[in-house]
Amino acid sequence: MKLDLAIEELHRSENHLAGVLLAMSDRHKADHEVFHVARDIARWSQDHVQRLAAAGQEFGLDLDPEPKGDPTVLEKARQKASDLMGRSSAPGLLLLADLRHVYREASGVSLDWELLAQAAQGARKQELLQLAKRCHPDTLRQVRWANGKLKESATQVLVG
Amino acid sequence: MARTDRIAEPWGTRTPYGPGEEWPTRVDVHLADGLTEDDVDRWEQSASILHSNGDGLDIAVKDDRIVGVRGRAVDRVNHGRLGPKDLFGWQANNSPDRLTTPLIRRNGKLVETDWDTAMDAVVGRAKELLAEQGPSAISFYTTGQLFLEEYYTLGLIAHGGIGTNHVDGNTRLCTATAAAALKESFASDGQPGSYTDIDSADVIALYGHNMAETQTVLWTRILDRLAGPNPPKVICVDPRQTPVARHATVHLAPRPGTNVMLMNALLHEILANGWIDAEYVKAHAVGYDELVQRVEDYPPELAAEICDVPVAQIREAARIIGTAERLLSSALQGFYQANQSTAAAVQINNIHILRGMLGKPGCGILQMNGQPTAQNTRECGADGDLPAFRNWSNEEHVEDLARVWNIDPMDIPHYSPPTHAMQMFRYAEEGSIRFMWVQATNPAVSMPELGRMREILAQDRLFLVVQDIFLSETAQLADVVLPAATWGEKTGTFTNVDRTVHLSEKAVEPPGAAKPDLDIFLDFARRMGLKDKDGRPLVKWSTPEEAFEGWKECTRGRPCDYTGLSYDKLRGGSGIQWLCNDEHPDGTEHIYVDGQFWSAPDYCESYGRDLVTGAPLSPVEYKAMNPSGKAVLKAAEYLPPHEVVSQDYPFQLMTGRTLYHFHTRTKTARAPQLQKAAPEVWVEMSASDAADRGFAEGDLLEVSTARGRVEAKLRISGIRPGAIFLPFHYGYWDEPSGHEPDGKRGRAANELTITDWDPASKQPIFKTAAAAVRRLAKADGPSAAPTTTGSRPVVDGVPPTTGGPAAMSTETLSTETLGTEEIATVAGGAR
Repeated sequence: MKLDLAIEELHRSENHLAGVLLAMSDRHKADHEVFHVARDIARWSQDHVQRLAAAGQEFGLDLDPEPKGDPTVLEKARQKASDLMGRSSAPGLLLLADLRHVYREASGVSLDWELLAQAAQGARKQELLQLAKRCHPDTLRQVRWANGKLKESATQVLVG
Repeated sequence: MARTDRIAEPWGTRTPYGPGEEWPTRVDVHLADGLTEDDVDRWEQSASILHSNGDGLDIAVKDDRIVGVRGRAVDRVNHGRLGPKDLFGWQANNSPDRLTTPLIRRNGKLVETDWDTAMDAVVGRAKELLAEQGPSAISFYTTGQLFLEEYYTLGLIAHGGIGTNHVDGNTRLCTATAAAALKESFASDGQPGSYTDIDSADVIALYGHNMAETQTVLWTRILDRLAGPNPPKVICVDPRQTPVARHATVHLAPRPGTNVMLMNALLHEILANGWIDAEYVKAHAVGYDELVQRVEDYPPELAAEICDVPVAQIREAARIIGTAERLLSSALQGFYQANQSTAAAVQINNIHILRGMLGKPGCGILQMNGQPTAQNTRECGADGDLPAFRNWSNEEHVEDLARVWNIDPMDIPHYSPPTHAMQMFRYAEEGSIRFMWVQATNPAVSMPELGRMREILAQDRLFLVVQDIFLSETAQLADVVLPAATWGEKTGTFTNVDRTVHLSEKAVEPPGAAKPDLDIFLDFARRMGLKDKDGRPLVKWSTPEEAFEGWKECTRGRPCDYTGLSYDKLRGGSGIQWLCNDEHPDGTEHIYVDGQFWSAPDYCESYGRDLVTGAPLSPVEYKAMNPSGKAVLKAAEYLPPHEVVSQDYPFQLMTGRTLYHFHTRTKTARAPQLQKAAPEVWVEMSASDAADRGFAEGDLLEVSTARGRVEAKLRISGIRPGAIFLPFHYGYWDEPSGHEPDGKRGRAANELTITDWDPASKQPIFKTAAAAVRRLAKADGPSAAPTTTGSRPVVDGVPPTTGGPAAMSTETLSTETLGTEEIATVAGGAR
């Protein structure tokens, strides 16, 4: 049984996605909705990290329940820079690139949850299946956010 | 006939009535000094414009000047009553500092010019930018104060003619969440409630809605029920001790920013006790299981801790709401301008769906509007929606609109939701919007974070057109200023929150060269040479009545069907509620009767959004969720506010309004009685917070946030500890500096607010900013805040707010019109 591998991979990819969302948030401080929503939904991934760490114990995994932090000084510097940059038109293209990146990362995490759910079903691991059922919808919402925001922002950036 | 000081007694004399009875008539009149009704040359039919209630009134005219107003006894909305802003606000029309000629910026200064020069400049710049960049450079920021005919024309010009997606109104600040919440639950805008629900409700729940100050006449209706036999119970959710709170059976004063937590706990209790109409839910709603699962995580004990409200109060409120037989709910800015606004407002809808309390007398939801014509901004496609509740993501709806307008569907931008106001200002900030036409609103005072807003508006690269009746703070920053006519100087219709359509007749000529907004739009369309696909003029009307007829065609078969209305039908009697067509010639009191909704996938206005991320649902997702057009029970998780208190900023700042003023006081400060009642800005703090710091009533304080500083005198009020309140009306136009703070500190509350908005409704958050307070000087007397309202003092020694002889107005009770003596129960003022 390789369920531990699936859990470990998800723990890694959720941690990574949280980091991607937070870094993106910092880069777009002047785009207020992106700044705030990216932070709000990064929290979902951080929550998943904790839950996965707890679930991993049964499979002999010792995963860190603390989501990977973002160095605060760097964070502040990024925010300041993005706030100052926010008055020019360059951040528009960067925003599209970042949303595209989030979309791809979150889609990967979504696939990882599907894999875990399939495996949990096969192995009759009810708790693990419940975990997937609880967390996977959050991931899909992250995917839809990136997609929706990309659509909404693309025209003005590319045509404006 | 009684003479009453309507500043001291904003709600006037009680006319008590019982459940199911007709609300008695009371005709309120105020005329210019020394005049009686016999002196008036003529009366012109209209309705009120300084709030959203839609009180029917007649404008008194003498020697071709407006000299007063009289409530219309026949009108279903007010039965003759008027509020203080109705009674006194008309005086602003006659103000000597009205804009009477266009202005244009020359060498950095605004100078007088003629219409040709001004419009050539506007049209010239628009054409230049269309050629250089295309429609994405052009934006329109309109209001909730024009007429239906004007919005519809503007929507046609902007969406169908220019082809820009950047059209929104200041309704984004006041009513966007009302529309969004209705779209989430019922997949379409349109109020389920009717004001007549007050007549028979046994429980009235007001969520973040200080109705006593925002819709005084509607609150008068509730006061009259409270003074009569078998009065309703009132539930109030508000962190301040408002007049509503003082009349409440249960007053919940949650910590700002925690509305969703509170609502989920109420739903938790309602579900746990089985206070639901299971059959109704099964037959008419989707999403039940998800809602049950979600609110399981929100027991009252948790909410009590997070919201800082006693758990017994939450249970008691849930019991009253859960066992109501006829439940009326309303919501306003305490929910709409707060953290997670749409999610919170949707939970109110959920209560009504769960309890089957829709579409019958006494059972209504009023997701309120803040402005008189905000409903029309939404209906007519001037606010980030397509006209007549058409769905921008439904190709067939766009094709149908293109048919009505006789243009190609590709000419109507629908690649994404229409750009909301906050995003428009962001595009202007980064430089991709280069032309902004602002009408009848004042973003330089009303938008959040004014330091940022002034920087955006003052940019050289932004061509700013302002169309208004006074030289507002925003107008002072404009490149071109267009002088407009206002209420009483032009004809048109508008619709209030309970779907009542009123006709407002032209009573007098506008001053100088000022023009009706409709005429300005028509002139723009003509000069731009906007054409339909056959090469004929795009806009096919030249008068308000023709525009109304055009609008009727646009609404045919849509939820807001106006085809049964006409100017003639609206003349003489009461306002009429849409839906009004051949089938319903007298209008429609209740929509959603018997669980019939407008939410079928091919008919609905909106597929909804994710309440946390704001991502729109795709047509496919919506069809899978709600294939047969039911109501949608939409669950939401609680998220803490984005800005929380800290050691440096220990208070939660809320901004809001007072009864006596409207918006940025452009009109109300020019009505002497209103201005005197609330002459200057104040800040409210609880008695315990003031005592902790040794502050006293009237001390001059500095309120600061990470964004700015304001100075204001302290009013120690019934606000909850930890929260402070600033009214948002006060800007700079009547200060020496003109449009910005003079020196270090301002007086506009929005110097302090945060740029952050609800991702679903895009309404900015004005109810949670972390703030610090320090004393600048000790009091030399109490603050000038009104004592009649939410700012009522809790310490002695503050003189009561009165209006004196200038505020005396007449009240004629219905019994008198029948020739009897004044009824014995008349007590005067609120009970």
